Amino acid sequence: MKVYKYGANVDTDVIIPARHLNDPSPAALASHCMEDIDESFASTVEAGDIIVAGPNFGCGSSREHAPLAIKACDVRCVIAPSFARIFYRNAINIGLPIVECPQAAEEIQAGDQVEVDFTSGTITDVTQGKTWKAAPFPEFIDGIIKSGGLLNSLKERGVAR
Amino acid sequence: MGMTMTQKILAKHAGLDKVEPGQLIEAKLDLVLGNDITTPVAITEFEKAGFTQIFDRARIAVVLDHYTPCKDIKSAQLCKQAREFAHKHQIVNFFDVGQMGVEHALIPEKGLAAPGEVIVGADSHTCTYGALGAFSTGIGSTDMAAAMATGLLWFKVPSAIKVTLKGKLQPHISGKDVILHLIGQIGVDGALYQSLEFAGEGVASLSMDDRFTIANMAIEAGGKNGIFPVDEKTMEYINGRVDRPCEAFSADPNAVYDREVVIDLDELEPTVALPHLPENTKTVTEAAGMPIDQVIIGSCTNGRIGDLRIAAAIMKGKKVAPNVRCVVIPATQAIVLQAMEEGLIQTFIEAGAAVSTPTCGPCLGGHMGVMAEGERTVSTTNRNFVGRMGHTTSEIILASPAVAAASAIAGCVADPRR
Repeated sequence: MKVYKYGANVDTDVIIPARHLNDPSPAALASHCMEDIDESFASTVEAGDIIVAGPNFGCGSSREHAPLAIKACDVRCVIAPSFARIFYRNAINIGLPIVECPQAAEEIQAGDQVEVDFTSGTITDVTQGKTWKAAPFPEFIDGIIKSGGLLNSLKERGVAR
Repeated sequence: MGMTMTQKILAKHAGLDKVEPGQLIEAKLDLVLGNDITTPVAITEFEKAGFTQIFDRARIAVVLDHYTPCKDIKSAQLCKQAREFAHKHQIVNFFDVGQMGVEHALIPEKGLAAPGEVIVGADSHTCTYGALGAFSTGIGSTDMAAAMATGLLWFKVPSAIKVTLKGKLQPHISGKDVILHLIGQIGVDGALYQSLEFAGEGVASLSMDDRFTIANMAIEAGGKNGIFPVDEKTMEYINGRVDRPCEAFSADPNAVYDREVVIDLDELEPTVALPHLPENTKTVTEAAGMPIDQVIIGSCTNGRIGDLRIAAAIMKGKKVAPNVRCVVIPATQAIVLQAMEEGLIQTFIEAGAAVSTPTCGPCLGGHMGVMAEGERTVSTTNRNFVGRMGHTTSEIILASPAVAAASAIAGCVADPRR
């Protein structure tokens, strides 16, 4: 599982440029994922790869197409010191794992072999031999994740018809 | 410990006497909004989840504004999906070509946002309605699906930054300069997970259009929302537009803020944001002379009548520089009509600008002004990210309508005071 590393303030326009929002199918979104920040991403990414970035990942437009594109590439998770709040909600709601961990985000390098255990919040950089622990999600948000996303959690609670 | 305006509105809508920053709550929604890009994804999720009914057909608004009038077949398919859903569920506030405008100009104009309400929209600039003293914030499409089904949504109660405005705006300075200056001060994640609560004597000097522009770009500082106190100007604006009861909240005198930022409006200079982040601000004096290829005047940030008046006053009797393409996009049909009555459209066309029907169009690189390799636009829109308005090597300089109009005439970034 290799790491793609990017800087601060990766916005949703570079994750999935608006010129591709006219086709929200997962396959179309995946084929243009990260196009305006890393042209080779979509053609080199493999299932289980990890994105590591600087603070405020996913800032800008509310487009859910951004986490959908990353998820459609079978990226295992995104690790960053912080996420823009709409991207954070969207990722939780659609079941794209995100991990807030400033130390890991800073020290992990592009190309490192990294493993993430979501149950314990442990991030292991096999290449560097380092381990970090991410803060756990609040219980309510963890519930959404465990239900498999927001809409499933609503159905489980019986609040929508 | 007192509460901020945002906290009081959220507490009321969650049925609680008190909330604290960081608390997770579920709040009742007064309006759920979506556009032609985000609504189709929400509809797909809504239907995939097996939902069959919306919570209230009068409290959902769908505005087809981003790629409309449709720029290609795929965007036409998206509009068709949204249109069919709106008809099936008899959504009252569905705005198609002919009635639609740029959503965040249209919603307040139609009286669909009011003080004290909680409004969510699957569009990041939904924070615009904070200008009216509402809590409003951007969400994604799955959130929109959940909101359409239940009329409820979870929120983390934000802590706040108090933005105190002193003095009053000077000639050729407007709300855009205030918000660009603020973003330059605190950065694009300066208000991450927080609310921006505007206060101080300077608020009174701001027109409603200035306030809409400022609240609109709270998201560009990472803010969850931006909110203004309700005063006579607010009441004057909603009078005749909003006929339901609404409640003006105000911050407790002992409300707690993470920090305070003070902006002296008397000292504020025309401000621009250079590529490729809204925090890369300079005064127009520092940026003056930078060559440009295009000027865009419009969007949910600056496509209102006040913005067009400012631009037309500068362009009247003058010509757009031969090296510049200037596109003016009034944000709603009512604004187009008003601009026609006032002769503003004639001024723009005589100056050599193109005038478009309402659309978000070029702001997100959709249509009506997409840039080629290496081109540069001065734009009254809200984002100057890489590739936002076209080719990845093209550049956007964010500016006020006054700076944009002066730049169109000069053929380079120019100071409207000269």
